[in-house]
Amino acid sequence: MPLITTQAEEENDYSLVASLDNVRNFSTILKAIHFREHATCFATKNGIKVTVENAKCVQANAFIQAGIFQEFKVQEESVTFRINLTVLLDCLSIFGSSPMPGILTALRMCYQGYGYPLMLFLEEGGVVTVCKINTQEPEETLDFDFCSTNVTNKIILQSEGLREAFSELDMTSEVLQITMSPDKPYFRLSTFGNAGSSHLDYPKDSDLMESFQCNQTQVNRYKISLLKPSTKALVLSCKVSIRTDNRGFLSLQYMIRNEDGQVCFVEYYCCPDEEVPESES
Amino acid sequence: MKCLVAGGNVKVLGKAVHSLSRIGDELYLEPLDDGLTLRTVNSSRSAYACFLLAPLFFHQYQAAAPGQDPLRCKILMKSFLSVFRSPAMLEKTVEKCCISLSASSCRLVVQLHCKYGVKKTHNLAFQDCESLQAIFDPAACPYVLRAPARVLAEAVLPFPPTLAEVTLGIGRGRRVILRSYQEEEADNPAKAMVTEMSVGEEDFQQLQAQEGTAITFCLKEFRGLLNFAEPANLSLSIHFDAPGRPAIFAITDSLLDGHFVLATLSEMDPHGQDPGCPELQRPVPQLQAHSTPLLDDFAGDDMDSYMIAMETTTLGSSREGPRVLPSRSPSPRAPSEDDEAESTVPGTPPPKKFRSLFFGSVLDPAHSPQGPSPVLAEDSEGEG
Repeated sequence: MPLITTQAEEENDYSLVASLDNVRNFSTILKAIHFREHATCFATKNGIKVTVENAKCVQANAFIQAGIFQEFKVQEESVTFRINLTVLLDCLSIFGSSPMPGILTALRMCYQGYGYPLMLFLEEGGVVTVCKINTQEPEETLDFDFCSTNVTNKIILQSEGLREAFSELDMTSEVLQITMSPDKPYFRLSTFGNAGSSHLDYPKDSDLMESFQCNQTQVNRYKISLLKPSTKALVLSCKVSIRTDNRGFLSLQYMIRNEDGQVCFVEYYCCPDEEVPESES
Repeated sequence: MKCLVAGGNVKVLGKAVHSLSRIGDELYLEPLDDGLTLRTVNSSRSAYACFLLAPLFFHQYQAAAPGQDPLRCKILMKSFLSVFRSPAMLEKTVEKCCISLSASSCRLVVQLHCKYGVKKTHNLAFQDCESLQAIFDPAACPYVLRAPARVLAEAVLPFPPTLAEVTLGIGRGRRVILRSYQEEEADNPAKAMVTEMSVGEEDFQQLQAQEGTAITFCLKEFRGLLNFAEPANLSLSIHFDAPGRPAIFAITDSLLDGHFVLATLSEMDPHGQDPGCPELQRPVPQLQAHSTPLLDDFAGDDMDSYMIAMETTTLGSSREGPRVLPSRSPSPRAPSEDDEAESTVPGTPPPKKFRSLFFGSVLDPAHSPQGPSPVLAEDSEGEG
């Protein structure tokens, strides 16, 4: 196979080379943040971080650590490029998106550096597809300056408990109000829609609650349209960590277990809605 | 008003709301001493539905705060439905449901107590309203059908989801017939298919209606009620009267009862009724086979051929022949005579005449000046 030998020879020319036996371990995580067309990728020797942003208010990061890949080489300290995420996901599922039992699609991903396309070699059952996706000028991503030392309240929930709540969110409400408090109602999600308001309360001693560390009552509102896309990550995840800092910024961290039992994380940051929440029962 | 629904009854309540949502956009809640009523009416006021949940249905039921009159309210169906969005989920996660309405808070509060101590509270905006009450009396209906909802649900299963109306009637051998109702555009090939289901008398617990009775009503609402009654293993009774009179669909259980009152189509034109229940309306095909072609021919052909035709037609039963001939010759348009002849004269008309049955309306305008008949007049009216 001349293709392979060329690769081997040029191996050192690539600033990023990553290969993976099961492409779904990569594509699933990317789907969890796929709510905008474009994404920025950062690769370091630790792995790849893919970032998607919207409205300068919400940011989603998917971390695929080096250990997920069977081979992972980064020649420079960090490699950054912007890419059309929709196209990337389409290519990664070029052999079909619904898994066939026992059949895995392998992936080899190479990037030569600034100005070059991202090369994908996908192989399933001896058939190889080569995709070249043009990369774009990386854009500066937002820094939410969300520092764990500033975290006021933190809750870890089993995702099961939030899944239904998020899928049934009253989208006629403009905001999702999150209340976290050391006292009742402990953890409350509220919407204020056309039909009226609704509240969802989780007691701190619920079996769904893995951890409850709330120091101070905080009531913050977030644009529901910005948070709704995080349902994609929620659906895939087994646990979610919900944190707010002293400014009311929200961090949602989703723990996603892949088909090989390895754990990856997806994180959403969202800034609070400016409007001061008025008290409603 | 305050009531508490526990366990599996939450799902029953949810399903009742789902079936009501097939009818109206607004839900009327009225607590009575003998239970909580949930009612709705559709926008054209042709369908009304009501569930009465008996006090025993609830874990706890209080129609009104002591010393106060019960409040009633009207809320958007959509918002109430969103509380009970997924009946499967209700069964899995909801342990109890508390509905309360008080004069002090201007909200209808629905609380769902779910697994893991999770509590969902919906504060729904409502409007004051008059009591919604349709006037109907199942006992006043001369005809009654009663069968397990499953039998009827299976019978309507083959109908396409887009089908608007269905005709229910009693056919030959007292078989109950459900047939897709077609509007007049029978020439539209997309609508040319008619689906008919026939259920034997033995599947019915009660069948009090004679052969030939039939009503046509909306399928969507009927399916809504069946979706509720079938999983609950309930019997459904259908009380009805002449076409055009409302039909009452009722289910009763020790804890609840439900009544759906649906309008039925008032007049069935011959084309509509014929596909509706051919077996029920035996005279109809005969009527067309004999009278229409004869009149057509009389108008178009000369008298001799008409006479010949009459003779061939009546050969089979000479007894009727003499009666028919004189009555037709002097006055071919007398409708009463025609009807009488049709229903009594057996035999097959000549093929040509049979054909004109189908093209009768097309031929009419040319023939009408010569011999206007009731049939012709009717057709040209329809065209104009």
